[in-house]
Amino acid sequence: MRWKYLVPLAVFLVLCGFLFKGLYLDPRKVPSALIDKPAPEFVLPQLDESAPQIKKADLLGKVYLLNVWASWCESCRYEHPFLNELKRRGEKVVMVGYNYRDDRADAKRWLAVLGNPYDYCIFDRSGKEAINFGVYGAPETFVIDKKGVIRHKVIGPMSEKVWKSEVEPLVRKLEAM
Amino acid sequence: MRKILFCLLALCVAAVPAAYQAAQAGEAAPTEFDPGTHKRVLGISQQLRCLVCQNQSIADSNAELAVDLRNQVVAQIKQGRTDKQIIDYMVERYGDFVLYNPPLKASTVILWLGPVVLFFAAFIWGYVALRRRKSVVSATERRLTAEEKKRAEELLRGLKE
Amino acid sequence: MIGELGHYALILALVLTVFQGVLPMAGASRGERSWMAAGRTLAVLNALLLTGSFAALAWSFYVSDFSMLNVARNSNSLLPWYYKVAASWGSHEGSILFWALTLSWWGGMVAVLGRRLPEDTMARVLSVMGLVLFGIVAFMVMTSNPFLRIFPPAAEGSDLNPLLQDPGMVFHPPLLYMGYVGFSVPFAFSIAALIGGKLDVAWARWMRPWTTGAWVLLTLGISLGSYWSYYELGWGGWWFWDPVENSSFMPWLTGTALMHSLAVTEKRGCFKIWTVLLAIITFSLSLLGTFLVRSGILTSVHAFATDPERGVFILAFLIIVIGLSFLLFAWRAPTVGLGGNFSMVSRESMLLVNNVLLIVAMSAVLLGTMYPLFLDALGAGKISVGPPYFDSVFGPIMLPMLFLIGIAPFARWKEADPAQLARRLAVVFALSVVLAIPVPLLMGRWSHWVFIGIIMALWITFTALENIRERGRNMKGSAAARLASHPRAFYGMHIAHIGIAVFVVGVALVKGYEAERDVRMYPGDTVTVADYTFRFDGVKDERGPNYMSSMGEFMLSKGGRELGILNPEKRSYYSTRSMPMTESAIRHSITGDVYVSLGEPTKDNGWIVRVYSKPFVTWIWWGTLLMALGGVLAMLDRRYRSGSSRRAAAKGEE
Repeated sequence: MRWKYLVPLAVFLVLCGFLFKGLYLDPRKVPSALIDKPAPEFVLPQLDESAPQIKKADLLGKVYLLNVWASWCESCRYEHPFLNELKRRGEKVVMVGYNYRDDRADAKRWLAVLGNPYDYCIFDRSGKEAINFGVYGAPETFVIDKKGVIRHKVIGPMSEKVWKSEVEPLVRKLEAM
Repeated sequence: MRKILFCLLALCVAAVPAAYQAAQAGEAAPTEFDPGTHKRVLGISQQLRCLVCQNQSIADSNAELAVDLRNQVVAQIKQGRTDKQIIDYMVERYGDFVLYNPPLKASTVILWLGPVVLFFAAFIWGYVALRRRKSVVSATERRLTAEEKKRAEELLRGLKE
Repeated sequence: MIGELGHYALILALVLTVFQGVLPMAGASRGERSWMAAGRTLAVLNALLLTGSFAALAWSFYVSDFSMLNVARNSNSLLPWYYKVAASWGSHEGSILFWALTLSWWGGMVAVLGRRLPEDTMARVLSVMGLVLFGIVAFMVMTSNPFLRIFPPAAEGSDLNPLLQDPGMVFHPPLLYMGYVGFSVPFAFSIAALIGGKLDVAWARWMRPWTTGAWVLLTLGISLGSYWSYYELGWGGWWFWDPVENSSFMPWLTGTALMHSLAVTEKRGCFKIWTVLLAIITFSLSLLGTFLVRSGILTSVHAFATDPERGVFILAFLIIVIGLSFLLFAWRAPTVGLGGNFSMVSRESMLLVNNVLLIVAMSAVLLGTMYPLFLDALGAGKISVGPPYFDSVFGPIMLPMLFLIGIAPFARWKEADPAQLARRLAVVFALSVVLAIPVPLLMGRWSHWVFIGIIMALWITFTALENIRERGRNMKGSAAARLASHPRAFYGMHIAHIGIAVFVVGVALVKGYEAERDVRMYPGDTVTVADYTFRFDGVKDERGPNYMSSMGEFMLSKGGRELGILNPEKRSYYSTRSMPMTESAIRHSITGDVYVSLGEPTKDNGWIVRVYSKPFVTWIWWGTLLMALGGVLAMLDRRYRSGSSRRAAAKGEE
């Protein structure tokens, strides 16, 4: 058998290897370009008008989850009970909500009905600051450390599985630092 | 007298918006501020991918994110940034994925050079193969024997008639 | 009940395809004539069963049987009947059934029309097709059953995606599927020939019309898809290098190479290995495309809802069918033999270059399409490869081929004289260059790419005409008689090539000179693009069979003369999946289209409007139609009709 005639088969098998791997990847997930980079500076109002404006400096010194959500977002509704659960369990991590391109009244109503696990909730009506975070949809959750550096981004809804495998170990590690 | 003048002035002032409105129902106002900016916005937007769409640039898409990013591009142009600075700004935040045209980096060398290399390699291979083929075939070919030649000539003569 | 019958037909087909796949092949190696003959009966039976099965599905859609899951998910009682039927191939399950249907038809056609094939060849061909059909039907029955019921039945369907509620949906998928599934026939012929060890000129001759037929259908399918996205999507694009578009384009490229390679094998007995390899590659690309669309591996506007389990099944199917085919190829290719000799400059060598270029082009498209996956799988980051990459890579590869199209018909078989070719064609080339100069200037702005494109288009056209003239030069009789005496295949070749020239003109001019304006308009305002002026006369509400529409009215004029009214719309469909759809209004003309599309209403009663000028864009699709016409002529050549061989010999044709 002349070896050159095996080339098409070889090329094909290599291709299939990639295709198989590809079945378990998600082509739409865009990984964050800001991992291990400082979170952007921001000054934004909170969802509750009576609360003072929040800036990045206010959140330094603690490990927190920045959860991007909106009342128009289906998957956020799916994820929210888990966030409530995290709060209920008394997990030692600060939860900061980031309301993205939403109507204030709608957002408040949503939280009133579904529960509010957030220690703070930022309100970004226009979504302009969100661009600095590289947000492209909801829900997304950033894990940010005490020095204000982004350490991880969860794309899509947070769940028990994601928490246990990706987020919890990281949060523990960052807390200890 | 003063009252009349005052009324006239008021009328003039009132007339200005109306005149402006009349002037407006002519050439439509561009959504961007001038054709030059619009061209730049288009040029940059066509290089940026809409992340929530499937295979569209932010120039072509009407998704909310695409509109937001386009507005961001406009804002940056007004701030005086260059095209490269604006694109770098987007890549800083969204990674290489946001580039509609893949960048040339170590990881994309195969992508960009692959076709070129393939093109030339194919021709070189083709040339070599043709050469080799010629020798293989002529080794197995043989000339007609005298008898075969005679038969061939007879047949050809037969067809001509 | 009808649905259950359809389901039953499918299961019956599953069993019969096993027989079709195994029995005739075994019969061919054992010389059992009854087994071999059974292949034809089975192929026809399976075609009938799948037709029945698909008819059951289509009927369920037609009567809006919402107790069937597929109908409930993809249709709606308010849909016009033709979209209801078209919705049957709008989902993954329905379209896979359509895939199987098309494959069974091709098998049935080979069984019925291939009467003069030797029986062992026929048996092996039908077996191969039976095996492939088995795989598809098994996939359906196990993972993608279109006949699943739901209880309780839905009160109303979720509706066909509004983007698909268009005549394009009625014609594009069927044509496309018939095309790339049709390449299963040359594939089966090649596998049969490799197994039987008989790769000869007769084999090539049998394969040719089937290959051309599949190619014509695929050309039309892709062309229609392109035209559809042009007028449907609202921003004038006609090709996006979307992964699914690429999946249909890659088999087209290698299918074109296959057609040309077959010409050489039939005429000169060489390129047999090329032909077999190309046949296997082309159908493999069809299968690969089927996989890519349904596996969730790549993002695309066309991708169906995904499921890794389905993906694994199709991948396994791919590995078995294609892997075994390539293995068979590697094993048997050395025994095939090289065929006649030809010199470095000859028609054969030019067609070889043609093959090589098309394969390189296909590889470039494959590389670009799969590269994001490669990097992601290797953990090397996430990039996206968009149209700019493909545009910059594809054009330069195709350029030498355009040049060759002009020369090859003049090159003699076996040995051509380069000096003589150069002498004869230099004048034509010079003429092409000279006549190309005014074109960009007339369009308003110089562009190198437009210049080169027009040179190539003129070059191809002039050389075609010159070749026709030259062929008749040594004949006797009037000009008309001489013209009539050329074989259809000869005209087919030149018409198809001229189709390419027309296509190139369209692409060059539209890319070089398209223009758009993005404006905010109030009633009474005008906007101008190129030489066309649009006057906005307001928007009114209209009602369609299953949607509400905001219909804009624009008066189009050019040079002061009113040309007509354009009505772009923004439609909201009643169904739950409603999203406002843009229906643009286009005015076609030979020299270009103008296009107006409604954006969003502004708060102060204005509207965002986009207007485009697309010079010569319809030449793109006229070009592809000419290509298809050329293919049809080639298929209808007398050489492939029964009883023609004697007449052909008497006339002394090549």
